[in-house]
Amino acid sequence: MRRFLWPSVVLALVVAYPLLFSTPFQQRLGALVLLYAIAASAWNIVGGYAGQVSVGHVVFFGCGAYAAMGAYAHFGLSPLVGIPAGIFVSVAISAVIGVPTLRLSGHYFSMATIAVAELVRLIVTNTDYLGAAVGLSGPIVPRNVFDLSFISALPYYYLFLTILSLTLGITWWMANSRMGFYLRAIRDSERAARSLGAPASRTKLYAFMLSAGLTSVAGALYAMMFGFVDPESGLGILISVKILIMAALGGAGLLFGPLVGAAILVPLEEISNNLLGGKGAGLTFVVYGAIIVLIARFQPGGILPLLKRLWVTGGKAAEAAAAGGATRAP
Amino acid sequence: MSIILVQVIVGGLLLGAIYALFSSGLTLVWGMMNIVNFAHGDFVMLGMYVAFVVWTLLGAGPLLGVPLAALVLATLGVVVYFGLIRDIMKGPMLAQILGTFGLALLLRYSVFWWFGANFLTLPENIVGGTFEILGLRLQASRLLAGGVALLVTLGLHVLLTRTSLGSKMLAVAEDSTAAQLMGIRPDTMQAIAWAIAAGATGVAGALIATFFYIVPTVGETLAIVAFVTVSLGGFGSVPGALVAGLLIGVIESLSAYLIGAVYKDIVVYSLFLSFLWFRPQGLMGKM
Repeated sequence: MRRFLWPSVVLALVVAYPLLFSTPFQQRLGALVLLYAIAASAWNIVGGYAGQVSVGHVVFFGCGAYAAMGAYAHFGLSPLVGIPAGIFVSVAISAVIGVPTLRLSGHYFSMATIAVAELVRLIVTNTDYLGAAVGLSGPIVPRNVFDLSFISALPYYYLFLTILSLTLGITWWMANSRMGFYLRAIRDSERAARSLGAPASRTKLYAFMLSAGLTSVAGALYAMMFGFVDPESGLGILISVKILIMAALGGAGLLFGPLVGAAILVPLEEISNNLLGGKGAGLTFVVYGAIIVLIARFQPGGILPLLKRLWVTGGKAAEAAAAGGATRAP
Repeated sequence: MSIILVQVIVGGLLLGAIYALFSSGLTLVWGMMNIVNFAHGDFVMLGMYVAFVVWTLLGAGPLLGVPLAALVLATLGVVVYFGLIRDIMKGPMLAQILGTFGLALLLRYSVFWWFGANFLTLPENIVGGTFEILGLRLQASRLLAGGVALLVTLGLHVLLTRTSLGSKMLAVAEDSTAAQLMGIRPDTMQAIAWAIAAGATGVAGALIATFFYIVPTVGETLAIVAFVTVSLGGFGSVPGALVAGLLIGVIESLSAYLIGAVYKDIVVYSLFLSFLWFRPQGLMGKM
């Protein structure tokens, strides 16, 4: 029964977190961790499982955010209505850019996705319908509960937790289906996978589309929580970078990797911003950069495999490390 | 053709020469080690800040700023090679991309933290003023920058194709195991390639600084310019980078003049994507 003991303890802690740590700052922090975990888990499908390192996921994030805010700003509808619209547009865009871009391998794919993201940001910045450089705002005062505009972070926490569970459920289901096996084969060697009859192009495209749709949900939730979106917060390349770094830090291609990454990096950023104020913004990314360089250099598989290894080797040291990991997880 | 159009094209060529210079650094490392340096634009940015520091601390212009920037960046290149690149080269793709991406963030935000996000500039008259040739009004700083960049790029090409060091580097690029059997140390050659590549970006940065605003995030745009240039010129080709750099400079200037400054990046990025999508081997093929 030891197998189920720790996972259930962690799960209970995650569910009870906002009640145990009930200051507005702590609740907001928890909600943000879950939000970024959703985005990073969505990225993980194409970046981790399929091994296609997209740096352009902010396009889909922005789609969701702009759709949610656009539904309110242009039609006076609840931002919720924007979610399916955002998913639809994201999946369509991912199909259009995915077909030519996924043919590129390795670095070329990453560079092409950067260019797409910057292109979209520039176009949106010059489009008046999307608020140009100012962006779009959501409802200032919530009209009813369907506006999903709350002052407390508590409802967001449980909303995000639900969506995260769904995202992880979909990922788990995908990873254990035929598609998941294809993707892992493609990641290890696309040529070998093709020669064994795996439909590489089609599978990569499906993964890209699934990932895009889920990322757009994260974008919509983000815009609802913050009440506005502008080209910098919705389409800035740094958001892509943050998402992929969280997934890679925790462990790309592992179900819980992105959550672990988000649970480490989001508090780091929020706390350092809090402590250092405006001047901290630069320093936070210096630390981010240093962490990524160290991970790439010494632990390219991410933190989660390291924790697992410590766990399996057993002993007191491993117990302590795992306990440390468990308290950090929420 | 109106004189203004000629003016725009000449301006584009001068800018393009600088693009060619820092893109040759990227293409060299890429062609040799098959690794993309996502921090490349930030190397250029560091070159700009070195020029700025040289001016504020010593009151010296590009005559001292350019060689110092080359020296500082070349040292950084060697440090980065031995500290990071040598190890991640053998690692998985994700580690390669993350490693140089992390480096980019580290450099960009260290500068941001130290100097702040303000736009800095060198004094406008740091190199001469403006003068006229054949009815064209030219800024001395741009002329100097373009000329020096062109010379250094050509020098780089000569170094790679006409010297024994260049041959050794190409040998390592071709087959590092075979090169090793011939008594060439791949490690040393690759470190030298990083020094040269980073040094070239330092020169380019210090030159751009004489007429361009200096800001920590400038590397983001410049990195994309370098990607465009390299993909257009063919991955690993210095002459390709030269032609493509000049072309991009002209296209950028023309689109800024003809359809508006905000659209120039849109044009360049679209060009990049269409090249990646439809002709990934570039205009002139691989070296």
